[in-house]
Amino acid sequence: MKLAEQVRSGEILALSRLLTLIENDSPEGQEALAELHASTGRAHLVGVTGAPGTGKSVLVNRLTQHLRSLENPPRVAIVAVDPTSPFTGGAILGDRIRMRDLSGDPGIFIRSMANRGALGGLARTTSRMVDALDAAGYSIILIETVGTGQAEVDIARAAHTVLVLEAPGLGDAIQALKAGLLEIADILVVNKSDLPGAKRTARTLRAALKAGSSEADWNTPLVMTNALDGEGIPELAAAISEHQIHLRQTGGRGEKDRARVIGEMERLLLYRLTDRFKAAQIDGAYERAIERVVDRELSPLQAINELLKNSS
Amino acid sequence: MPDTKIRVLVAKPGLDGHDRGAKVIARALRDAGFEVIYTGLRQTPEMIAEAALQEDVQIVGLSVLSGAHMTLVPRIMELLKKQGQESVKVMVGGIIPDVDRPKLVELGVAGIFGPGTSTTEVIGHFERAVTAAPAEG
Ligand SMILES: Nc1nc2c(ncn2[C@@H]2O[C@H](COP(=O)(O)OP(=O)(O)O)[C@@H](O)[C@H]2O)c(=O)[nH]1
Ligand SMILES: [Mg+2]
Repeated sequence: MKLAEQVRSGEILALSRLLTLIENDSPEGQEALAELHASTGRAHLVGVTGAPGTGKSVLVNRLTQHLRSLENPPRVAIVAVDPTSPFTGGAILGDRIRMRDLSGDPGIFIRSMANRGALGGLARTTSRMVDALDAAGYSIILIETVGTGQAEVDIARAAHTVLVLEAPGLGDAIQALKAGLLEIADILVVNKSDLPGAKRTARTLRAALKAGSSEADWNTPLVMTNALDGEGIPELAAAISEHQIHLRQTGGRGEKDRARVIGEMERLLLYRLTDRFKAAQIDGAYERAIERVVDRELSPLQAINELLKNSS
Repeated sequence: MPDTKIRVLVAKPGLDGHDRGAKVIARALRDAGFEVIYTGLRQTPEMIAEAALQEDVQIVGLSVLSGAHMTLVPRIMELLKKQGQESVKVMVGGIIPDVDRPKLVELGVAGIFGPGTSTTEVIGHFERAVTAAPAEG
């Protein structure tokens, strides 16, 4: 059986191998993903972002446990992105430590990935891996971003519902405002509600939310959670489900999917055209242009314009 | 442009309560350019096999100090095999008595590292183990 078919029929090892092929940008992975494309678009994609230590992984653990305890539980996949060390190219991916409660449940699939130097909170291949999980029949896919505390805008494009996590005591609320995180929040979560200062954090954020909301017709709710003992998690799950329904009713889901497609196509086009352009250069012309820019003979723009002129 | 990394699961099976050695190895592997999935303490063989499957790792590194290696390691190998991952290299670090070493090798363990082994040695062995093997991960 072919890889794509094995994945569609729920073979875990095939899925896992496909994810590796996608991550490594191999032609075999691209081919399988192309075959699976018609089976995508069913999953609800939930982004989980926020500064390191706000409790993203612990929250994903609890939320997934809750979803799996529902009547007719959805199959849940989790993609957790951690940073690659810029010095060595290696990475320690430790989010599974917080998700041990989820082991042994065949309705859950967890995959860790390194961002391999990409900025913006996700790896270059995260969205394609999510597509594979979607085609494999996971109906809720949780995407935990790197969590730099900076605006991780990629997730706004990659997910249907974005949870932005805050926690008291991290110099948080103001930071979030500055980083523009609130603008991408579909649901704002104040985690660690058991800690002193949680109420104050929530008040500050609530005031900020009133000032500017992400979508005109959606009032970003604020949910307080204690991801350690699960308090507030059912309310969070309900808010996610409400947002999902809202997107369906207003056509927002179609818009988000379209934005996702546009982003992915532009990205692919960029890489393809760049590769083709470089391949079409007369021997060493591209490298020589780089040297001339390094030597300050040309600006980057002048160099590219010259190359384009010579190759058209 | 293909971008390939060696993915390793570093796990600490058994009930004894510290993972200093496992963490040292995890960091050394990261510094050598590996992608290390670290799962923390007190992992059952089932949890380790499940993580290896979902993460599609090429190597599973086990840190065993409890003396229970002769039950834990065979069980993990058996589970890996059952799920179609017989090509995954299993490495064992920790206090392994000399009498047990041949038995582990017999089982197919790809490397055994005592407490005195340098991280450079471990990394070299990990690298060779996957580059010597056929390309399939
Ligand atoms: N007190 C308290 N601690 C929490 C809560 N949620 C997470 N933590 C702790 O916060 C730390 C970071 O959690 P983690 O999920 O790894 O954060 P991440 O970096 O955002 O993924 C861990 O030590 C958790 O135990 C919570 O609701 N209350
Ligand atoms: Mg985390």
